[in-house]
Amino acid sequence: MTVSLENLETRQVDPTKPLLEVDRLIMRYQVKTGEVSAVEDVTFTIHQGEAVGLVGESGCGKTSVALSLLRLLPSNARFLSGEIRLNGEDLIPLGAEEMRRRRWKDIAMVFQGAMNSWNPVYRVGEQIRETLNTHYKGVLDYGEQNALMERLFAGVGLPPEMLERYPHEFSGGMRQRAVIAMALACSPELIIADEPTTALDVIVQDQILKELKRIQQEMGMSILYISHDIAVIAEVTDSLGVMYAGKLVEYGPTDEVFARPFHPYAYLLLKSTPSITGPRRQLSPLEGEPPNLEKPPTGCRFHPRCPFATEQCVTQEPPLVEVRPGRRVACWNYEDVPELEEALLK
Amino acid sequence: MTTPVETQVGTKPLIEVKNLEKRFPISRGMFRQATEFVHAVDGISFDIAPGESLGLVGESGCGKSTTGRMLVKLMNPTGGHILFLEDGEQKDVAHVGGSEIKAFRRRIQMIFQDPYESMNPRRTIFDTVSEPLSVQGVGTVVEREERVLELLQLVGLTPPENFLFRFPHELSGGQRQRVAIARALVMNPTFVVADEPTSMLDVSIRISIMELMTTLAREMGVSYLYITHDLAVARYMCDRIAVMYLGKIVEIGPTEEILANPKHPYTRALLSAVPVPDPSYKRTPVEIKGGISKAINPTPECRFIQRCPFAAEVCFENPHPPLEDRQGDNHFAACYRVDEIG
Repeated sequence: MTVSLENLETRQVDPTKPLLEVDRLIMRYQVKTGEVSAVEDVTFTIHQGEAVGLVGESGCGKTSVALSLLRLLPSNARFLSGEIRLNGEDLIPLGAEEMRRRRWKDIAMVFQGAMNSWNPVYRVGEQIRETLNTHYKGVLDYGEQNALMERLFAGVGLPPEMLERYPHEFSGGMRQRAVIAMALACSPELIIADEPTTALDVIVQDQILKELKRIQQEMGMSILYISHDIAVIAEVTDSLGVMYAGKLVEYGPTDEVFARPFHPYAYLLLKSTPSITGPRRQLSPLEGEPPNLEKPPTGCRFHPRCPFATEQCVTQEPPLVEVRPGRRVACWNYEDVPELEEALLK
Repeated sequence: MTTPVETQVGTKPLIEVKNLEKRFPISRGMFRQATEFVHAVDGISFDIAPGESLGLVGESGCGKSTTGRMLVKLMNPTGGHILFLEDGEQKDVAHVGGSEIKAFRRRIQMIFQDPYESMNPRRTIFDTVSEPLSVQGVGTVVEREERVLELLQLVGLTPPENFLFRFPHELSGGQRQRVAIARALVMNPTFVVADEPTSMLDVSIRISIMELMTTLAREMGVSYLYITHDLAVARYMCDRIAVMYLGKIVEIGPTEEILANPKHPYTRALLSAVPVPDPSYKRTPVEIKGGISKAINPTPECRFIQRCPFAAEVCFENPHPPLEDRQGDNHFAACYRVDEIG
């Protein structure tokens, strides 16, 4: 393995080549009373250099997907079927040690709540060095490590002297920048950002998102954004998947999904998101609450809350099918959603 | 969702805040003497008409929650006045104590951000919602139960009998926030401070809570001080918006007017940073320098001066600018250069 500072330079990106393929992934948590169906038959692909978003409410399984990719699942989690292929190689059969070596190096992560990502009693620089030592043992000497860390900090807009500071000396935004620097340390091909800016104020959030986007484009990385905030996903992603109750219900290019969502859940989610721009339109609430995933509803999991549900939705589960080029939807009545709503309003 | 509230001309505001101030001492040294003060809220003034809802927006640490807590008397101000309208008379409640607070609290209530932490886990929903009634000694147990049932019905927890003797952990986040709203409204208050009531909730549930709060406000004639960091939510909840920065109100005016035509450089930066749920929307970035500074013994000049891209001589030579409504359109901004940067 050869590593040099030049590793931080741009990677050649072929946007038609898949980097990560999640194929019919089913993951369940064993609990006392049974099984929680957290990720149910999820399929999507992240291409080289692509920014993909997974959006949905708490408990929809979006974080479970992220944790599955990194194999950071709690001990009661079981993969039932499916593949997670990184550059064509399935990660699921890999052992714990092999996965540990790939984490940070191939797939890095930026978690929600940057405070918890750091050990409070070590200097931030030492913690980044630990990652470098784990993955680049004997490749970079002390001085080279320092130089790399300073470059990383400069890349995320932090002064180099901050490397000598402790996590509590950083503000929330700076801490999240440092987490991003750490994620970049081994120049991974994919970064998973789970609610990277949720705890931050809007101005700082905006700066961090811009920073991430710039770095992603400069370094030719792919990013998987996980967020409940559909506005953030609209800002930063090329493609997005909408998850509901463990299922991927809609997937497609971000601008197309926003222009015309097909799945009723995606449609209602967009209609219930307030915006500061445009005319002040009526927001439609989604009635009811997400289901208990120990006993998911029959048929389509969204049918108890869906204003357009038919008999078929109650009994038969809709598959995720391609309805337009690049657009996949799991709904029996996707063609009729806007018309059905108009009828409902009358 | 909100209908504009008709405020009768000539009537007194429900709440009139004048030069409200809260300073927290920072104690240092051998005798723990206060050497410096955090100027959390630094002489702010605003008023809220009966039935009106005012949004208080700003970043963490700008003093918006401290303001809310002072208005419900969970905290005593270190200066200024809070004039509260009761029976047609304005009464200064800023420095009242003891039994007077108790009487005042019949009229004002608060809804907190975290529905998981603002309720006692060992008490039933009935206990939680009826507590204000028992503290104030209103009605018999039977009457209280009727009132609680009525409120639970009103906030959409139906059938209310099923919720009466359940515990907070048995409810979802949205249901708990409904209980919190029922508790806030059980005394028929005229004024409610809502501190980020929907920020912990998922989008689909958030909208129904927002709708509930607006409908109830209209039906019961309640005024809100709606504290939020989310301008998009404020747009749907508030008739007017006040933007706070480091303990000062820098801009205040009708909601749509502020969003369409922000005047203060900070408001502009804030608005330009809000993500928009529309990938085709191109934002015009407004760059401001650095991060939020600290409100410890601030210098007299404009609070925003270090981050302001428009700061000029006039800003450095004068004290923090007053809120001015130069066009006479009820849209106030605290900036000397507001006309030049237009």
